[in-house]
Amino acid sequence: MNRRNFLKTAALGVGGILLPAKDSPASVWESFFQKYYREMNDKEKKDVVARLEKEYEEKYKKHIKVKTNAPLPKVLYGYGLDLSRCVGCRRCVYACVTENNQSRNPQIQYITVLQFEQGEKWVSDLEESNKYYNPETVPAPEHFYMPVQCQQCEKPPCVKVCPTQATWKEPDGIVVVDYNWCIGCRYCMAACPYNARKFNWGEPTIPVDEINTETHYLGNRPRIKGAVEKCTFCIQRVRENPGRYPACVEVCPVGARKFGNLLDPESEIRVLIETKRVFRLKEELNTQPKFYYFFSL
Amino acid sequence: MTLLQFIRDLFKEITKGNKAYFIWLGLLSIVMLNALVSYIMQLNNGLIVTHMRDQVSWGFYISNFTFLVGVAAAAVILVIPSYIYHFKPIKEIVLFGEMMAVTAVLMCLMFITADLGKPLVAWHLFITPNFPRSILMWDVIVLNGYLILNTLAVFYVLFSAAHGREYKMVIMWPLVLISIPWAFSIHTVTAFLYNGLSSRPFWNASITAPRFIASAMCSGPALMILVFQVARKVSDIVVNDKAIFKIAELIAYAMGINLFLYASEIFKEFYSQSIHLAPMEYLFFGLKGHTLLVPFTWVAMVCNLTGFVIFMSPKLRNRFLFLNIACVLVFIGVYIEKGMGFVIPGFVPDTLGEIYDYLPSYIELSLSAGIWAFGAFFYTLLLKIAIPIYKGELSFLSHNMRHSLRDLHKPAVH
Ligand code: SF4
Ligand code: SF4
Repeated sequence: MNRRNFLKTAALGVGGILLPAKDSPASVWESFFQKYYREMNDKEKKDVVARLEKEYEEKYKKHIKVKTNAPLPKVLYGYGLDLSRCVGCRRCVYACVTENNQSRNPQIQYITVLQFEQGEKWVSDLEESNKYYNPETVPAPEHFYMPVQCQQCEKPPCVKVCPTQATWKEPDGIVVVDYNWCIGCRYCMAACPYNARKFNWGEPTIPVDEINTETHYLGNRPRIKGAVEKCTFCIQRVRENPGRYPACVEVCPVGARKFGNLLDPESEIRVLIETKRVFRLKEELNTQPKFYYFFSL
Repeated sequence: MTLLQFIRDLFKEITKGNKAYFIWLGLLSIVMLNALVSYIMQLNNGLIVTHMRDQVSWGFYISNFTFLVGVAAAAVILVIPSYIYHFKPIKEIVLFGEMMAVTAVLMCLMFITADLGKPLVAWHLFITPNFPRSILMWDVIVLNGYLILNTLAVFYVLFSAAHGREYKMVIMWPLVLISIPWAFSIHTVTAFLYNGLSSRPFWNASITAPRFIASAMCSGPALMILVFQVARKVSDIVVNDKAIFKIAELIAYAMGINLFLYASEIFKEFYSQSIHLAPMEYLFFGLKGHTLLVPFTWVAMVCNLTGFVIFMSPKLRNRFLFLNIACVLVFIGVYIEKGMGFVIPGFVPDTLGEIYDYLPSYIELSLSAGIWAFGAFFYTLLLKIAIPIYKGELSFLSHNMRHSLRDLHKPAVH
């Protein structure tokens, strides 16, 4: 590194500590001392949302709406995935990336679709799987697929280990992160048995014309460098009233993905659990996922 | 006024020294400055400048942290014989062991800070601590507690010496009695940090904490033996050979236990051949053609075994050449085994079966080197002022008083 570059880096570094670039000092101050989401009252939430919306507007030249919808009463979300239908096309992966404003560079994806060869070990030992497959057409002959994402554990180890309570389970069962409260220790990533947590190793980037402007504070609002994020069952969609399906459910071309309220005996998810062969991943760890794999055929 | 004068004296003490002293400090400063540049780059660009990724989300920083907690805990190996058994040769140097503990904990805290994605908001830890559920909170508490305990002990001993008094055991006892179990606790809690994660079978073995303690009682004392020898060469601190050989004997036992525990774990994994064997296989033989850590593992094995053989034989370990070789071997062996050899295989293969080969990036190496340099720098300065105070050459009493004292002691001329 030559001297000029060094000085530039050094200056940026000091700047980076005191004032994140291009922001007005007041807003930096406010964001630094921003309270923990769960301890904010309604007015404080409103103020923070207003500040965030303004910041996003400056950054992306677009109005981005940040909702703070509370959980719906008497709702516990559950997810079903039909392994006999999944063809491994990964539309869900990309729909999720777009819907949830995930960073494109560096790349972040919540859903991993594992490809197995017919007859390979799976379920308890995932080592023979491949997640970087690239066939001409799907499904590749003699192969089957198993998508994995956050299982919204009923007893989430990620929440147990977080030293700052920056991540927690909401009453509707969704495990969320307050990105502003997370200190980036990544202990939760070590604890999660499903590789569901993703870290912003670098400054997240999204092309401005691809931004989803309908966001939730605990979900798909633009993220920050150095914090952990994860699937929230599209909290910004499912907490609408009437709720909408998560993006992955909506996009799946073969209808392999099901979603609903576990507390409602009439719901599709309950019928599936009660009538199909169902299993959950890594049951022996007793994390009690609310993500059910089943076989419809 | 005396306090100011005393501080001035301390400062003078630090700024005087021979050429070697300044070259040493100068070199360390360069390494530290270089690390500062690396850290600034990391702050600007994020942890993407490291080679850690979602698959292996902790790397070299946490490896070094884990190792250094052991070094810090190892101060008990001096504290127990000196305060409990009043073994005189060690009692004379226990202070320097406690200073090493202080230095090591400071380095631990620096490594943790280096690893945080958002170090500026680390204060959130104290606003909404997830206590007692999160073991990381426990670790924060025990490490800082240990830092305070040892700082108090060091400060009190030096404070007494500066006033020309022996320290009082009434005050030392509580510190010592608390610090002994506390030293074990810091390493136990650090082991539990990994141990409690059911998602990582490599760490989720009940033998982890005992193994941590045993290996800490090897690496820390080995480092002390080396440092004390250097210190007594370059300063007028007295370290009795008896003390050094006693420490060496203790390392022999600790290494025996360490190897036994390690062997038990290796047996369990390789004999039962369950799917949890994968990380162990990755470590010793490589997994599906990924062999990045294999050479390191075997180097560590050879170092630990050779070191153990030397330490076992009183004839060999009481000769300084062999003793020093053995200390270096054990230090390297445990550094690899407890650092990269413990942290990384916990992540390989990851929870979805992927193998990501991790080796630290330049930034990680240079930043870590800087923290080690800081440790050396800090310990050097501590020694520089502690030795003259301890020996009564530098004291809090005013200069005038010292003169009159000296006059008092002068034999009367008749
Ligand atoms: S799958 Fe992982 S991230 Fe999701 S709730 Fe469970 S432990 Fe947490
Ligand atoms: S990375 Fe963030 S969410 Fe995860 S454990 Fe650390 S502070 Fe909690």
